[in-house]
Amino acid sequence: MHTISLGQTVRMIPDGASVMIGGFLGVGTPERIVDEIVRQGKRDLTVIANDTATPDRGIGKLVAAKVLRKAIVSHIGLNPETQRQMMAGDLEVELVPQGTLIERIRAGGFGLGGVLTQTGIGTPAELGKQRIEVDGKPYLLETALRADFALVQAFIADYLGNLSYALTARNFNPVIAMAAETVIVSADNIVPVGVISPDHVVTPAPIVDYLVANA
Amino acid sequence: MLVNLGIGIPTQVANHLPAGLHVFFQSENGLIGTGSIPEEGMAHPTLTDAAGQPVTALPGASTFDSAMSFGLIRGGHLDLTVLGGLQVDQSGRLANWTIPNKMVPGMGGAMDLVSGAKRVIVAMQHVAKGASKIVKRCTLPITSMRPVDLVVTELAVITFCDGRATLLETGPGVSVDQVVAATDAELVVPANIPEMSL
Repeated sequence: MHTISLGQTVRMIPDGASVMIGGFLGVGTPERIVDEIVRQGKRDLTVIANDTATPDRGIGKLVAAKVLRKAIVSHIGLNPETQRQMMAGDLEVELVPQGTLIERIRAGGFGLGGVLTQTGIGTPAELGKQRIEVDGKPYLLETALRADFALVQAFIADYLGNLSYALTARNFNPVIAMAAETVIVSADNIVPVGVISPDHVVTPAPIVDYLVANA
Repeated sequence: MLVNLGIGIPTQVANHLPAGLHVFFQSENGLIGTGSIPEEGMAHPTLTDAAGQPVTALPGASTFDSAMSFGLIRGGHLDLTVLGGLQVDQSGRLANWTIPNKMVPGMGGAMDLVSGAKRVIVAMQHVAKGASKIVKRCTLPITSMRPVDLVVTELAVITFCDGRATLLETGPGVSVDQVVAATDAELVVPANIPEMSL
């Protein structure tokens, strides 16, 4: 695990990269990394996240600044700008049921090729997917998702990179931390090793590649 | 009992619980034990509901990640969900997530909730812009093949238990004829329909 500055963090992310970002309507999103991505003028990123928040917050800022080429998300309802860019053909949006999306990411991080779910059968979410019968019940095969980078927001990180999360800011964060080649963490609090007791570590240190230094 | 409430009319359910009934409310962003809106000055930026709004957590609350949250929903651990609706057809199929080319918010957790909850209740207006929302066949994309159990509107309570829309109760001061007139679906009307008791 390396400690890194905010600017260096974002310079590692090339244009066109795939990026998983934590957060649920902006809650639990590493806001300062998002701001730095906009500031450095990144282009053509593919984002994988729960939603695109609102235009002035979290992933919504990446939409507004036209940083994204594609968004794989479950919900864009609170971001009219995402809907506008999608309708205009400027932004490709793949809508995935929320429980399926998180399981596809989990599969990607846990060494599985995908998962079988009944969610989406007989709806537009089934389009282009394989149906598999198990014990007489139909399921959709949902393939695993991985990304080049995971941008994680933790509540507490220790000097080694052990992480714990706060309340509803946890959401996608510990799951995406397992599913990317390079895992970058921003934390509300950086503390000495031992402050987080082993039982309360949610993401273990060896998973984390970079911890962004607090300003 | 674990219950998930959708946004809009369903949110009101929490304000009308019978005394003595203990319910845990789930917010699918990762919370069981969702409480009311915090008093002014008491909101916490990382304690929010599935609409991203500040909430409180009741004693006995727990928080978890999204994989756990949807494991609860799909895995048969959620006793009940109450959701809004755009259309319900006469076999109980619900459409509640998109109006193509007009409203494309994404399905969020709706498809998982309808497919996975043990019991699904739709709370919605009976008629919108002059058109019945209880239809013969959904013209909007459906949310799940799994039929809902019950629809509650301002005019009626309708069940779909045996695969057909069957009138259970009428709204206060509403006649059976009024319900039938406002319903596009073929409605089974048993004898002696009681009025909702509120």
